[in-house]
Amino acid sequence: MGVIIAKSVNEACAVLAENPATTVLAGGTDLMVQANRGAHSLESVLDLSRIPELKKWTLQDGEILLGAGVSYTDLAETQLAELIPALAQAARTVGSPQIRNAGTIGGNLATASPAGDTIPVLVAMDAILQLKSSTDNREVPITEFVTGVKTNVLKSGEIIESIRIPVFEGPQEFLKVGTRNAMVISVVSLALVTDYLEKKLRVGVGSVSPVPFRATAAEEFISQEFDWEDKGHLSEKIINKFSELVANSIKPIDDHRGTADYRKHAVGVLAKRALERVCVSERS
Amino acid sequence: MTSETYTLSVNGNNYQVVDGHPSESLLWVLRERLELSGSKNACEEGECGSCTVLVDGKILCSCLILAETAVGREITTIEGLGSDAEISDVQKAFVDAGAVQCGFCTPGLIVTIEHLLKEDPNPDELTVREAISGNLCRCTGYGRILEAVRIASKNLTLQSKEEENQ
Repeated sequence: MGVIIAKSVNEACAVLAENPATTVLAGGTDLMVQANRGAHSLESVLDLSRIPELKKWTLQDGEILLGAGVSYTDLAETQLAELIPALAQAARTVGSPQIRNAGTIGGNLATASPAGDTIPVLVAMDAILQLKSSTDNREVPITEFVTGVKTNVLKSGEIIESIRIPVFEGPQEFLKVGTRNAMVISVVSLALVTDYLEKKLRVGVGSVSPVPFRATAAEEFISQEFDWEDKGHLSEKIINKFSELVANSIKPIDDHRGTADYRKHAVGVLAKRALERVCVSERS
Repeated sequence: MTSETYTLSVNGNNYQVVDGHPSESLLWVLRERLELSGSKNACEEGECGSCTVLVDGKILCSCLILAETAVGREITTIEGLGSDAEISDVQKAFVDAGAVQCGFCTPGLIVTIEHLLKEDPNPDELTVREAISGNLCRCTGYGRILEAVRIASKNLTLQSKEEENQ
């Protein structure tokens, strides 16, 4: 069927229902790399990049409903950056201006790479994905959506329509380690989200396991120890203990980007740095 | 195998692509089918920026765009900047600063910088460095490229002042 440029979500779902083998294309930053290498033949393509509804976001009842076609560039824009700063920070670390203009949050999720930069943030925030097909709508929590290295629960004929992200009161940080600043794939990434209302700190860790996950033991510890009145002050001992708990929560592997030992060390550093920044940003 | 025929708008001209294959990138179509070889092909994975073009006013790597999905969009390549009679201000600044060595990264960098200066005619160095972070140059060490941006920015500021005075 060649290339179809869908103009609406309904049209996209109808095309997919009729041609389930069609390759779905969002920003192209992953898929085109495969196609250029000859690793992925694109006989039949459904392009989602020109569906206006997928590029929108709204704020309602303390929750952002983010269209899956929102680009990294748009995620880093002021308004969204104020509401979900960790996601904006993650978006800003992706690739280069060219890549951030093309790549989308929906594409990052559908690709489901262990190094996908937005995923640990969404995991920390308990985001919920809204999936749509021509016959069905369903919601899947982010932790259930990604099932392994580049695998997810999307069924044939289904696309990611939007992502529901709660807005938390309190500072947030996203940090990642790579070989340099621009154009880099994460070796370790970490999102720290404070939630003043629930008196909870949320920690998402990426690039150290097939699926980004929550460092729950570290979360429980720091949520107990955090001074919710003063909000800023933490002793060195508590910060170090938190860092250690985060480092102990991961069971990384050696690969060409870094060794397991390095990742364990680096995630501890990121945890400490993020926690200090969350405290500092509250004080200042 | 599917064969595709479609029209692309490049630098204000309509080009018909006949017998295209659905897998072809915009970069490939520009270079091999439309004979617009100014955009360079190096990495084909969005890493080097030497294929940077403007699509509806945004800088993108043309190697990561499926060519046929660019139908109906306005594409500007390095060939669309300046004119046959006169090169653009940024191009001139590259010459004046000696920012061109092997020249392979130059078209992509110039498209990126033209776009940057349109958005922000007087950018600070950090802004410039971030703006060109997706364009790799392995010759210059970037010193002369940054100098070229300073020259172009200064000239643009002077020009706009002159226009105001007139």
